[in-house]
Amino acid sequence: MSSNKETFGKTIGFVFIICLVCAALVSISAVGLKPLQTANKLLDKQTKILETAGLLELAGNDIVATYNQRVDAKMIDLATGKVVEGDVNTFEERADARDKAKSSKPENDIAGLNRRADKAVVYFVKDEQGKIATIVLPIVGSGLWDLMYGFVGLESDMNTVKSLVYSDLKETPGLGAEVLNPKWKALWPGKKMFDEQNDIAIKLVKGGAKAGDIHGVDALSGATLTSNGVERTLHFWLGKEGYGPFITNYRAGGLN
Amino acid sequence: MSTDTKKVLFGPVVDNNPIALQVLGVCSALAVTSSLQNALVMTIAVMLVTGFSNLFISLIRNQIPSSVRIIVQMAIIASLVIVVDQVLKAFSYQLSKELSVFIGLIITNCIVMGRAEAFAMKEKPGVSFLDGIGNGLGYGAVLMVVAFFRELFGFGTLFGFEVFPLIQNDGWYQGNGLLVLPFSSFFIIGLIIWSIRQWKPEQVEKD
Repeated sequence: MSSNKETFGKTIGFVFIICLVCAALVSISAVGLKPLQTANKLLDKQTKILETAGLLELAGNDIVATYNQRVDAKMIDLATGKVVEGDVNTFEERADARDKAKSSKPENDIAGLNRRADKAVVYFVKDEQGKIATIVLPIVGSGLWDLMYGFVGLESDMNTVKSLVYSDLKETPGLGAEVLNPKWKALWPGKKMFDEQNDIAIKLVKGGAKAGDIHGVDALSGATLTSNGVERTLHFWLGKEGYGPFITNYRAGGLN
Repeated sequence: MSTDTKKVLFGPVVDNNPIALQVLGVCSALAVTSSLQNALVMTIAVMLVTGFSNLFISLIRNQIPSSVRIIVQMAIIASLVIVVDQVLKAFSYQLSKELSVFIGLIITNCIVMGRAEAFAMKEKPGVSFLDGIGNGLGYGAVLMVVAFFRELFGFGTLFGFEVFPLIQNDGWYQGNGLLVLPFSSFFIIGLIIWSIRQWKPEQVEKD
Protein backbone atom coordinates (compact mmCIF):
# COMPACT_ATOMS: atom_id res chain seq x y z
CA MET A 1 0.00 0.00 0.00
CA SER A 2 1.66 3.20 -1.12
CA SER A 3 1.10 6.24 1.02
CA ASN A 4 0.06 8.55 -1.82
CA LYS A 5 -3.47 7.13 -1.96
CA GLU A 6 -3.91 7.52 1.76
CA THR A 7 -4.23 11.27 2.01
CA PHE A 8 -7.41 12.60 3.60
CA GLY A 9 -8.57 14.41 0.49
CA LYS A 10 -7.99 11.46 -1.81
CA THR A 11 -9.86 9.09 0.47
CA ILE A 12 -12.87 11.39 0.67
CA GLY A 13 -12.80 11.92 -3.07
CA PHE A 14 -12.59 8.23 -3.78
CA VAL A 15 -15.48 7.36 -1.49
CA PHE A 16 -17.53 10.14 -2.99
CA ILE A 17 -16.99 8.84 -6.54
CA ILE A 18 -17.78 5.25 -5.54
CA CYS A 19 -20.99 6.43 -3.88
CA LEU A 20 -22.01 8.36 -6.99
CA VAL A 21 -21.38 5.41 -9.30
CA CYS A 22 -23.19 2.95 -7.03
CA ALA A 23 -26.12 5.31 -6.53
CA ALA A 24 -26.42 5.83 -10.28
CA LEU A 25 -26.34 2.07 -10.90
CA VAL A 26 -29.05 1.38 -8.32
CA SER A 27 -31.29 4.25 -9.47
CA ILE A 28 -31.03 3.29 -13.12
CA SER A 29 -32.00 -0.30 -12.45
CA ALA A 30 -34.81 0.67 -10.07
CA VAL A 31 -36.32 3.30 -12.36
CA GLY A 32 -35.68 1.41 -15.58
CA LEU A 33 -37.31 -1.80 -14.38
CA LYS A 34 -40.21 -0.14 -12.57
CA PRO A 35 -42.77 -0.47 -15.40
CA LEU A 36 -42.06 -4.18 -15.78
CA GLN A 37 -42.30 -4.70 -12.03
CA THR A 38 -45.60 -2.87 -11.75
CA ALA A 39 -47.01 -4.83 -14.67
CA ASN A 40 -45.87 -8.10 -13.08
CA LYS A 41 -47.45 -7.21 -9.78
CA LEU A 42 -50.76 -6.28 -11.39
CA LEU A 43 -50.73 -9.43 -13.51
CA ASP A 44 -50.13 -11.52 -10.41
CA LYS A 45 -53.09 -9.90 -8.65
CA GLN A 46 -55.37 -10.30 -11.66
CA THR A 47 -54.38 -13.95 -11.98
CA LYS A 48 -55.29 -14.58 -8.35
CA ILE A 49 -58.63 -12.81 -8.73
CA LEU A 50 -59.50 -14.89 -11.79
CA GLU A 51 -58.40 -18.02 -9.94
CA THR A 52 -60.67 -17.11 -7.04
CA ALA A 53 -63.57 -16.67 -9.45
CA GLY A 54 -62.76 -20.00 -11.10
CA LEU A 55 -61.97 -18.40 -14.45
CA LEU A 56 -58.27 -19.24 -14.66
CA GLU A 57 -58.71 -22.11 -17.10
CA LEU A 58 -60.99 -20.08 -19.28
CA ALA A 59 -58.52 -17.20 -19.33
CA GLY A 60 -55.63 -19.41 -20.43
CA ASN A 61 -52.76 -17.16 -21.39
CA ASP A 62 -54.87 -14.09 -21.80
CA ILE A 63 -55.23 -12.99 -18.21
CA VAL A 64 -55.46 -9.26 -18.87
CA ALA A 65 -58.14 -9.47 -21.57
CA THR A 66 -60.29 -11.88 -19.55
CA TYR A 67 -59.86 -9.75 -16.47
CA ASN A 68 -60.87 -6.56 -18.27
CA GLN A 69 -63.87 -8.27 -19.81
CA ARG A 70 -65.20 -10.03 -16.73
CA VAL A 71 -64.06 -8.17 -13.66
CA ASP A 72 -65.46 -4.94 -12.32
CA ALA A 73 -63.45 -3.49 -9.45
CA LYS A 74 -65.12 -1.10 -7.03
CA MET A 75 -63.73 0.81 -4.11
CA ILE A 76 -65.89 0.74 -1.02
CA ASP A 77 -65.87 2.41 2.35
CA LEU A 78 -65.79 -0.40 4.89
CA ALA A 79 -67.62 1.47 7.65
CA THR A 80 -70.66 2.35 5.51
CA GLY A 81 -70.36 -0.46 3.00
CA LYS A 82 -71.07 2.01 0.19
CA VAL A 83 -69.20 2.41 -3.08
CA VAL A 84 -66.89 5.42 -3.11
CA GLU A 85 -64.62 7.06 -5.65
CA GLY A 86 -61.02 5.93 -5.79
CA ASP A 87 -58.25 4.50 -7.91
CA VAL A 88 -58.79 0.75 -7.69
CA ASN A 89 -55.55 -0.14 -9.45
CA THR A 90 -53.13 1.58 -7.13
CA PHE A 91 -54.96 0.86 -3.87
CA GLU A 92 -52.99 -1.21 -1.40
CA GLU A 93 -54.57 -2.24 1.87
CA ARG A 94 -51.32 -2.42 3.82
CA ALA A 95 -50.04 0.90 2.50
CA ASP A 96 -53.24 2.62 3.62
CA ALA A 97 -53.17 0.76 6.92
CA ARG A 98 -49.84 2.39 7.75
CA ASP A 99 -51.33 5.82 7.20
CA LYS A 100 -53.13 7.04 10.32
CA ALA A 101 -55.44 9.28 8.25
CA LYS A 102 -56.60 6.43 6.05
CA SER A 103 -56.94 3.65 8.60
CA SER A 104 -58.35 2.87 12.00
CA LYS A 105 -57.71 0.46 14.84
CA PRO A 106 -60.25 -2.38 14.87
CA GLU A 107 -62.04 -2.80 18.22
CA ASN A 108 -61.85 -6.55 18.02
CA ASP A 109 -58.63 -7.23 16.17
CA ILE A 110 -58.95 -11.01 15.86
CA ALA A 111 -57.06 -11.09 12.57
CA GLY A 112 -53.99 -9.50 14.16
CA LEU A 113 -53.88 -6.54 11.79
CA ASN A 114 -53.14 -3.78 14.28
CA ARG A 115 -54.60 -1.20 11.87
CA ARG A 116 -57.08 -1.70 9.06
CA ALA A 117 -57.49 0.53 6.00
CA ASP A 118 -60.80 2.43 5.92
CA LYS A 119 -61.39 1.55 2.30
CA ALA A 120 -61.23 -1.66 0.35
CA VAL A 121 -61.48 -2.74 -3.25
CA VAL A 122 -63.96 -5.51 -4.06
CA TYR A 123 -64.18 -7.32 -7.37
CA PHE A 124 -67.44 -8.22 -9.09
CA VAL A 125 -66.83 -11.04 -11.52
CA LYS A 126 -69.50 -11.45 -14.19
CA ASP A 127 -70.59 -14.53 -16.08
CA GLU A 128 -71.06 -14.66 -19.84
CA GLN A 129 -74.44 -12.93 -19.63
CA GLY A 130 -72.94 -10.08 -17.68
CA LYS A 131 -74.64 -11.11 -14.44
CA ILE A 132 -72.57 -11.01 -11.27
CA ALA A 133 -71.45 -14.57 -10.56
CA THR A 134 -68.74 -14.13 -7.95
CA ILE A 135 -67.75 -11.39 -5.58
CA VAL A 136 -64.06 -11.53 -4.78
CA LEU A 137 -63.07 -9.99 -1.46
CA PRO A 138 -59.41 -9.43 -0.56
CA ILE A 139 -58.51 -10.62 2.94
CA VAL A 140 -55.45 -10.34 5.12
CA GLY A 141 -54.70 -11.72 8.56
CA SER A 142 -52.01 -13.18 10.77
CA GLY A 143 -50.95 -16.77 10.34
CA LEU A 144 -48.18 -18.33 12.37
CA TRP A 145 -45.22 -16.30 11.11
CA ASP A 146 -46.59 -13.28 9.36
CA LEU A 147 -49.61 -11.78 7.64
CA MET A 148 -51.22 -13.96 5.00
CA TYR A 149 -52.77 -12.25 2.01
CA GLY A 150 -55.51 -13.80 -0.05
CA PHE A 151 -58.89 -13.58 -1.71
CA VAL A 152 -62.19 -15.17 -0.82
CA GLY A 153 -64.75 -15.67 -3.58
CA LEU A 154 -68.43 -15.66 -2.66
CA GLU A 155 -71.37 -16.47 -4.90
CA SER A 156 -73.95 -13.77 -5.50
CA ASP A 157 -75.90 -14.79 -2.37
CA MET A 158 -72.84 -13.51 -0.45
CA ASN A 159 -72.89 -16.71 1.55
CA THR A 160 -71.84 -19.69 -0.54
CA VAL A 161 -68.09 -20.00 -0.90
CA LYS A 162 -66.66 -20.21 -4.37
CA SER A 163 -63.06 -20.52 -3.30
CA LEU A 164 -60.36 -19.34 -0.93
CA VAL A 165 -57.07 -18.45 -2.58
CA TYR A 166 -54.00 -17.27 -0.70
CA SER A 167 -51.63 -15.20 -2.76
CA ASP A 168 -48.83 -14.30 -0.41
CA LEU A 169 -47.76 -15.94 2.82
CA LYS A 170 -44.72 -17.00 4.79
CA GLU A 171 -46.15 -20.08 6.52
CA THR A 172 -44.08 -23.21 7.08
CA PRO A 173 -43.72 -25.21 3.86
CA GLY A 174 -45.42 -28.59 4.16
CA LEU A 175 -47.46 -27.51 7.19
CA GLY A 176 -49.09 -24.07 7.18
CA ALA A 177 -48.29 -23.48 3.53
CA GLU A 178 -50.64 -26.38 2.75
CA VAL A 179 -53.37 -23.71 2.49
CA LEU A 180 -52.05 -23.53 -1.07
CA ASN A 181 -52.57 -27.26 -1.63
CA PRO A 182 -55.22 -27.77 -4.35
CA LYS A 183 -56.71 -30.62 -2.34
CA TRP A 184 -57.33 -28.40 0.65
CA LYS A 185 -58.60 -25.57 -1.51
CA ALA A 186 -61.07 -28.03 -3.07
CA LEU A 187 -62.75 -28.41 0.34
CA TRP A 188 -64.07 -24.86 0.23
CA PRO A 189 -66.48 -24.53 -2.71
CA GLY A 190 -70.11 -24.85 -1.60
CA LYS A 191 -69.47 -24.17 2.09
CA LYS A 192 -71.72 -21.53 3.69
CA MET A 193 -70.14 -18.63 5.54
CA PHE A 194 -73.28 -17.66 7.49
CA ASP A 195 -75.90 -19.75 9.29
CA GLU A 196 -79.68 -19.19 9.20
CA GLN A 197 -79.46 -16.47 11.85
CA ASN A 198 -76.97 -14.73 9.60
CA ASP A 199 -74.16 -15.20 12.09
CA ILE A 200 -70.73 -16.09 10.78
CA ALA A 201 -70.55 -19.83 11.11
CA ILE A 202 -67.59 -20.88 8.99
CA LYS A 203 -65.05 -22.84 11.02
CA LEU A 204 -61.95 -24.97 10.57
CA VAL A 205 -62.39 -28.29 12.36
CA LYS A 206 -59.43 -30.09 13.89
CA GLY A 207 -59.40 -33.76 12.98
CA GLY A 208 -61.68 -33.16 10.02
CA ALA A 209 -65.14 -31.72 9.52
CA LYS A 210 -68.13 -34.06 9.65
CA ALA A 211 -69.49 -35.14 6.28
CA GLY A 212 -72.29 -32.84 5.23
CA ASP A 213 -71.22 -30.02 7.56
CA ILE A 214 -71.89 -27.00 5.41
CA HIS A 215 -70.00 -24.61 7.71
CA GLY A 216 -67.01 -26.81 8.58
CA VAL A 217 -63.75 -27.28 6.69
CA ASP A 218 -60.94 -29.62 7.73
CA ALA A 219 -58.21 -27.82 9.63
CA LEU A 220 -54.67 -28.36 8.39
CA SER A 221 -52.89 -31.11 10.26
CA GLY A 222 -49.73 -29.93 11.97
CA ALA A 223 -50.68 -26.31 11.43
CA THR A 224 -53.06 -25.34 14.23
CA LEU A 225 -51.92 -21.72 14.34
CA THR A 226 -52.24 -21.25 10.59
CA SER A 227 -55.70 -22.84 10.68
CA ASN A 228 -56.74 -20.55 13.53
CA GLY A 229 -55.37 -17.64 11.53
CA VAL A 230 -57.45 -18.56 8.48
CA GLU A 231 -60.61 -18.90 10.59
CA ARG A 232 -60.05 -15.60 12.43
CA THR A 233 -59.17 -13.78 9.23
CA LEU A 234 -62.47 -14.90 7.69
CA HIS A 235 -64.42 -14.02 10.83
CA PHE A 236 -62.83 -10.60 10.94
CA TRP A 237 -63.37 -9.72 7.30
CA LEU A 238 -66.92 -11.07 7.12
CA GLY A 239 -67.80 -9.35 10.39
CA LYS A 240 -68.97 -5.83 11.11
CA GLU A 241 -65.45 -4.40 11.12
CA GLY A 242 -64.73 -5.99 7.75
CA TYR A 243 -67.07 -6.39 4.82
CA GLY A 244 -70.17 -6.80 7.07
CA PRO A 245 -71.84 -3.49 6.13
CA PHE A 246 -71.02 -4.01 2.46
CA ILE A 247 -72.52 -7.51 2.51
CA THR A 248 -75.70 -6.21 4.18
CA ASN A 249 -76.02 -3.44 1.59
CA TYR A 250 -75.37 -5.76 -1.27
CA ARG A 251 -78.02 -8.23 -0.14
CA ALA A 252 -80.51 -5.39 0.27
CA GLY A 253 -79.67 -4.34 -3.26
CA GLY A 254 -78.78 -0.89 -2.07
CA LEU A 255 -75.16 -0.80 -3.09
CA ASN A 256 -75.33 2.23 -5.29
CA MET B 1 -8.37 -23.53 -20.61
CA SER B 2 -5.08 -23.45 -18.77
CA THR B 3 -4.76 -25.43 -15.57
CA ASP B 4 -4.52 -22.23 -13.54
CA THR B 5 -7.83 -20.91 -14.81
CA LYS B 6 -9.39 -24.28 -14.22
CA LYS B 7 -8.11 -24.32 -10.68
CA VAL B 8 -9.52 -20.87 -9.98
CA LEU B 9 -12.88 -21.67 -11.54
CA PHE B 10 -13.51 -25.23 -10.40
CA GLY B 11 -11.23 -25.43 -7.36
CA PRO B 12 -13.91 -23.97 -5.08
CA VAL B 13 -16.41 -26.67 -6.05
CA VAL B 14 -14.75 -29.46 -4.05
CA ASP B 15 -11.11 -28.72 -3.16
CA ASN B 16 -11.73 -25.33 -1.63
CA ASN B 17 -15.49 -25.25 -1.22
CA PRO B 18 -16.68 -22.04 0.46
CA ILE B 19 -19.27 -23.84 2.57
CA ALA B 20 -17.57 -27.17 3.21
CA LEU B 21 -13.97 -26.04 3.74
CA GLN B 22 -14.11 -22.32 4.40
CA VAL B 23 -17.45 -22.71 6.25
CA LEU B 24 -18.79 -19.41 4.93
CA GLY B 25 -22.32 -18.56 3.89
CA VAL B 26 -23.99 -21.34 5.85
CA CYS B 27 -26.85 -19.11 7.07
CA SER B 28 -28.42 -18.59 3.66
CA ALA B 29 -27.76 -22.21 2.75
CA LEU B 30 -30.21 -23.16 5.49
CA ALA B 31 -32.98 -20.87 4.38
CA VAL B 32 -33.25 -21.29 0.63
CA THR B 33 -32.77 -25.03 0.28
CA SER B 34 -36.37 -26.18 0.78
CA SER B 35 -36.73 -26.53 -2.99
CA LEU B 36 -34.36 -27.04 -5.91
CA GLN B 37 -35.84 -24.14 -7.83
CA ASN B 38 -35.16 -21.66 -5.01
CA ALA B 39 -31.66 -23.06 -4.56
CA LEU B 40 -30.94 -22.71 -8.27
CA VAL B 41 -32.06 -19.08 -8.43
CA MET B 42 -30.11 -18.29 -5.28
CA THR B 43 -27.02 -19.98 -6.78
CA ILE B 44 -27.23 -17.90 -9.93
CA ALA B 45 -27.76 -14.72 -7.93
CA VAL B 46 -24.79 -15.39 -5.65
CA MET B 47 -22.62 -16.38 -8.59
CA LEU B 48 -23.36 -13.13 -10.40
CA VAL B 49 -22.83 -11.02 -7.30
CA THR B 50 -19.53 -12.66 -6.29
CA GLY B 51 -18.30 -12.64 -9.88
CA PHE B 52 -19.02 -8.99 -10.54
CA SER B 53 -18.09 -7.71 -7.11
CA ASN B 54 -14.72 -9.44 -7.49
CA LEU B 55 -14.35 -7.95 -10.97
CA PHE B 56 -15.15 -4.38 -9.97
CA ILE B 57 -13.14 -4.48 -6.77
CA SER B 58 -10.17 -5.94 -8.60
CA LEU B 59 -10.43 -3.21 -11.25
CA ILE B 60 -10.04 -0.48 -8.65
CA ARG B 61 -7.90 -2.44 -6.17
CA ASN B 62 -4.91 -0.14 -6.63
CA GLN B 63 -7.01 2.96 -6.02
CA ILE B 64 -8.91 1.82 -2.93
CA PRO B 65 -7.50 3.55 0.16
CA SER B 66 -6.93 0.75 2.64
CA SER B 67 -8.50 2.69 5.51
CA VAL B 68 -11.94 2.54 3.88
CA ARG B 69 -11.63 -0.61 1.79
CA ILE B 70 -14.25 -2.66 3.64
CA ILE B 71 -16.82 0.09 3.24
CA VAL B 72 -16.02 0.48 -0.44
CA GLN B 73 -16.41 -3.29 -0.92
CA MET B 74 -19.72 -3.22 0.94
CA ALA B 75 -21.04 -0.38 -1.20
CA ILE B 76 -20.22 -2.23 -4.41
CA ILE B 77 -21.65 -5.54 -3.16
CA ALA B 78 -24.81 -3.90 -1.84
CA SER B 79 -25.43 -2.10 -5.13
CA LEU B 80 -25.02 -5.33 -7.08
CA VAL B 81 -27.41 -7.16 -4.78
CA ILE B 82 -30.06 -4.47 -5.20
CA VAL B 83 -29.70 -4.67 -8.97
CA VAL B 84 -30.12 -8.47 -8.87
CA ASP B 85 -33.21 -8.09 -6.68
CA GLN B 86 -34.72 -5.51 -9.03
CA VAL B 87 -34.06 -7.67 -12.09
CA LEU B 88 -35.65 -10.66 -10.40
CA LYS B 89 -38.71 -8.60 -9.46
CA ALA B 90 -39.05 -7.43 -13.04
CA PHE B 91 -38.63 -10.76 -14.77
CA SER B 92 -39.78 -13.40 -12.31
CA TYR B 93 -42.25 -11.93 -9.86
CA GLN B 94 -43.34 -15.28 -8.44
CA LEU B 95 -39.78 -16.29 -7.50
CA SER B 96 -38.92 -12.88 -6.17
CA LYS B 97 -41.89 -13.06 -3.80
CA GLU B 98 -40.36 -16.18 -2.26
CA LEU B 99 -36.71 -15.19 -2.41
CA SER B 100 -36.63 -11.42 -1.99
CA VAL B 101 -35.66 -11.55 1.68
CA PHE B 102 -32.80 -13.93 1.02
CA ILE B 103 -31.57 -12.10 -2.05
CA GLY B 104 -31.21 -9.02 0.14
CA LEU B 105 -29.21 -11.08 2.59
CA ILE B 106 -26.59 -11.92 -0.05
CA ILE B 107 -25.06 -8.64 1.12
CA THR B 108 -24.21 -10.29 4.41
CA ASN B 109 -23.11 -13.54 2.80
CA CYS B 110 -19.57 -13.99 4.01
CA ILE B 111 -18.48 -15.62 0.75
CA VAL B 112 -18.85 -12.38 -1.19
CA MET B 113 -16.93 -10.23 1.29
CA GLY B 114 -14.46 -13.03 1.93
CA ARG B 115 -13.51 -13.40 -1.72
CA ALA B 116 -13.38 -9.65 -2.29
CA GLU B 117 -11.03 -9.15 0.62
CA ALA B 118 -8.93 -12.30 0.24
CA PHE B 119 -8.68 -12.55 -3.55
CA ALA B 120 -9.87 -9.57 -5.56
CA MET B 121 -7.82 -7.04 -3.57
CA LYS B 122 -4.62 -8.77 -4.78
CA GLU B 123 -5.35 -10.34 -8.17
CA LYS B 124 -6.06 -9.15 -11.71
CA PRO B 125 -9.69 -8.50 -12.79
CA GLY B 126 -10.08 -11.49 -15.15
CA VAL B 127 -8.92 -14.09 -12.71
CA SER B 128 -10.83 -12.41 -9.88
CA PHE B 129 -14.03 -12.63 -11.88
CA LEU B 130 -13.46 -16.35 -12.43
CA ASP B 131 -12.70 -16.81 -8.75
CA GLY B 132 -16.03 -15.17 -7.91
CA ILE B 133 -17.96 -17.33 -10.35
CA GLY B 134 -16.10 -20.39 -9.06
CA ASN B 135 -16.97 -19.67 -5.46
CA GLY B 136 -20.57 -19.07 -6.48
CA LEU B 137 -20.47 -22.48 -8.15
CA GLY B 138 -19.04 -24.11 -5.04
CA TYR B 139 -21.71 -22.49 -2.90
CA GLY B 140 -24.35 -23.52 -5.42
CA ALA B 141 -23.13 -27.11 -5.58
CA VAL B 142 -23.69 -27.54 -1.84
CA LEU B 143 -27.03 -25.73 -2.05
CA MET B 144 -28.25 -28.01 -4.82
CA VAL B 145 -27.23 -31.19 -2.99
CA VAL B 146 -28.96 -30.03 0.20
CA ALA B 147 -32.05 -28.91 -1.72
CA PHE B 148 -32.15 -32.22 -3.58
CA PHE B 149 -32.44 -34.20 -0.35
CA ARG B 150 -34.75 -31.74 1.35
CA GLU B 151 -37.18 -31.45 -1.54
CA LEU B 152 -37.15 -35.15 -2.40
CA PHE B 153 -37.62 -36.48 1.13
CA GLY B 154 -39.50 -33.51 2.56
CA PHE B 155 -42.03 -32.93 -0.20
CA GLY B 156 -41.58 -35.95 -2.48
CA THR B 157 -40.86 -33.71 -5.46
CA LEU B 158 -37.87 -32.59 -7.55
CA PHE B 159 -38.08 -29.15 -9.19
CA GLY B 160 -41.79 -29.31 -8.35
CA PHE B 161 -42.36 -32.57 -10.22
CA GLU B 162 -43.85 -35.36 -8.17
CA VAL B 163 -41.45 -38.23 -7.52
CA PHE B 164 -42.96 -39.79 -4.40
CA PRO B 165 -46.74 -39.11 -4.26
CA LEU B 166 -47.56 -37.71 -0.82
CA ILE B 167 -50.20 -39.18 1.47
CA GLN B 168 -52.10 -35.88 1.52
CA ASN B 169 -52.39 -36.21 -2.27
CA ASP B 170 -53.61 -39.83 -2.04
CA GLY B 171 -50.13 -41.27 -2.52
CA TRP B 172 -48.05 -43.49 -0.22
CA TYR B 173 -45.19 -41.25 0.89
CA GLN B 174 -45.23 -39.51 4.25
CA GLY B 175 -43.15 -36.35 3.81
CA ASN B 176 -40.33 -35.97 6.33
CA GLY B 177 -41.39 -33.02 8.46
CA LEU B 178 -37.85 -32.42 9.74
CA LEU B 179 -36.44 -31.89 6.26
CA VAL B 180 -39.13 -29.31 5.53
CA LEU B 181 -37.71 -27.05 8.24
CA PRO B 182 -34.57 -24.98 7.61
CA PHE B 183 -32.41 -26.34 10.42
CA SER B 184 -32.40 -29.81 8.86
CA SER B 185 -29.80 -28.37 6.45
CA PHE B 186 -27.34 -28.40 9.35
CA PHE B 187 -27.42 -32.19 9.34
CA ILE B 188 -27.12 -32.46 5.57
CA ILE B 189 -24.30 -29.90 5.36
CA GLY B 190 -22.56 -31.71 8.20
CA LEU B 191 -22.82 -34.99 6.33
CA ILE B 192 -21.54 -33.34 3.14
CA ILE B 193 -18.52 -31.89 4.95
CA TRP B 194 -17.84 -35.28 6.52
CA SER B 195 -18.04 -37.10 3.17
CA ILE B 196 -15.76 -34.58 1.43
CA ARG B 197 -13.21 -34.95 4.20
CA GLN B 198 -13.38 -38.73 4.03
CA TRP B 199 -12.67 -38.44 0.32
CA LYS B 200 -9.99 -35.77 0.69
CA PRO B 201 -8.37 -36.25 4.11
CA GLU B 202 -6.03 -33.29 3.54
CA GLN B 203 -9.01 -30.98 4.30
CA VAL B 204 -9.21 -32.20 7.90
CA GLU B 205 -7.93 -29.52 10.27
CA LYS B 206 -4.93 -30.46 12.39
CA ASP B 207 -5.51 -30.39 16.13
